[in-house]
Amino acid sequence: MNITIKVWRQKSNTSPGEFKMYSLSDVSPDMSFLEMFDVLNEQLVRKGEDPVAFDHDCREGICGMCSMVINGQPHGPLRGVTTCQLHMRSFNDGDTIVVEPWRAAAFPVLKDLIVDRTGFDRIMSTGGFVSVNTGNAQDANTLLVPKPDADEAFGAAACIGCGACVAACKNASAMLFVAAKVSQLALLPQGKVEAKSRAERMVAQMDDEGFGNCTNTYACEAECPKEISVEHIARMNREYLKAKLG
Amino acid sequence: MSSLSSLFNSSVGKKFAMGITGLFLVSFLVVHCAINALIFVNDGGETFNRAAHFMSTNILIRTMEVVLFLGIIWHIVQALVLTGANQKARPVKYAAPNTGSGSAWYSRWMGLLGTLILIFLILHLRHFWVESRFTGLHVPAMIIDGVPHDNLFAEMKSVFASGWVVVVYILGMISLAYHLLHGFQSAFQSLGINHKTYTPVIKNVGIAFSVIIPLVFALMPAAFYFGMIE
Ligand code: HEM
Ligand code: FES
Repeated sequence: MNITIKVWRQKSNTSPGEFKMYSLSDVSPDMSFLEMFDVLNEQLVRKGEDPVAFDHDCREGICGMCSMVINGQPHGPLRGVTTCQLHMRSFNDGDTIVVEPWRAAAFPVLKDLIVDRTGFDRIMSTGGFVSVNTGNAQDANTLLVPKPDADEAFGAAACIGCGACVAACKNASAMLFVAAKVSQLALLPQGKVEAKSRAERMVAQMDDEGFGNCTNTYACEAECPKEISVEHIARMNREYLKAKLG
Repeated sequence: MSSLSSLFNSSVGKKFAMGITGLFLVSFLVVHCAINALIFVNDGGETFNRAAHFMSTNILIRTMEVVLFLGIIWHIVQALVLTGANQKARPVKYAAPNTGSGSAWYSRWMGLLGTLILIFLILHLRHFWVESRFTGLHVPAMIIDGVPHDNLFAEMKSVFASGWVVVVYILGMISLAYHLLHGFQSAFQSLGINHKTYTPVIKNVGIAFSVIIPLVFALMPAAFYFGMIE
């Protein structure tokens, strides 16, 4: 396959960026999208040019690092698939593919396609955990969790914190990410103890980071590689309103 | 109190306010639409004028009118605050065109749809509310059982004799329909109500509401214009 890549190049957080075009020939349809970038970068290095910087780690869809907006869609055209699990066979010979970083005030670009997502870590550190003593596996198993609750919590726990929800949302809102974390713990007995303060503190930190406000367009759910449901956003709203009004 | 003020300063709290005021405006639309639909009785406006007279003289309704104005103002101010903050949250836009493709266009254009409704609303209040409350109607009162009633029916007939006014009203109702198509279900989500069984029902009721209410409203100017009610 012959592919043209139109990719965002930006030297540093403070320098202005621009799109650059690169042509690649003999791209295998079985390559992953990141492998295609590896090939491009090898060529750039051989020519003595700066390779395109992009985040990646596991390359198997579980770490959430591979943040790219591909032709306007976070993680590209497939539903429920991360960039690293996307293959070139999803594109056509001769295509020009536009690749941009996540765009959000709260996710400043560090270099090329890499953005600073430590805002998510700061949100997590305000309440995305349980501090009660849960004992050993044996003790945990004596706490009965109804199956529907366990399933719901598991659905939320599938979140890999990649930030595609922010990237997809027209308001750059982080509600789906924060809701997944609040909801996952609010559903389980160990998490219920701190449910109130967790919802309050995580929402406050989310607002401080400069993410936008959710307007329920549900673009996040459509683009989430783990297909996290917006039902979790309603649950977080509920938890938060209970904490403030109850 | 501090927890209340921090509630309304938070993103979730602002959306709570949008949802509450939005649903309050929805409840107003039901009453307003039901009363105005009495023009379709086609009795020269007697039934409608009686109902309008009751509404304008009843103390409870007059109180609710104040609450309604406060609700609209709160809804609009909150919408402006949210829309402004949301634009700041993405200073650099995407170059590729189809971002947000996972959402409906009217969900993404709520601010614009709301502004169109507001423009319609200003014209609408000027046509009827300002006249009946302050300046007096252009048309003589209708005497029913010896009591003079404001003849809002005749006022409607004269306002809707103008083609462009009818067109603006119909465009206003189309904007309202799309605003509600997103807003009705969105309000419940903002209030934290999302349930496996009830949410599909809420969504369907929302769609029906968003079509029926604006349609009935839009039929009113059209019916007067085409002389279908006398
Ligand atoms: C009869 C008039 C109106 C009705 C019945 C109405 C109803 C609603 C409802 C039910 C919502 C959903 C609340 C939520 O998402 O939580 C909403 C949202 C909204 N409305 Fe209105 N509205 C009206 C007029 C206006 C006007 C005049 C404006 C603006 C100038 C406006 C702007 C907005 C905006 C920006 C949203 C936010 C969308 C969101 O956050 O999801 N609305 N409206
Ligand atoms: S690289 Fe880990 S999810 Fe894509």
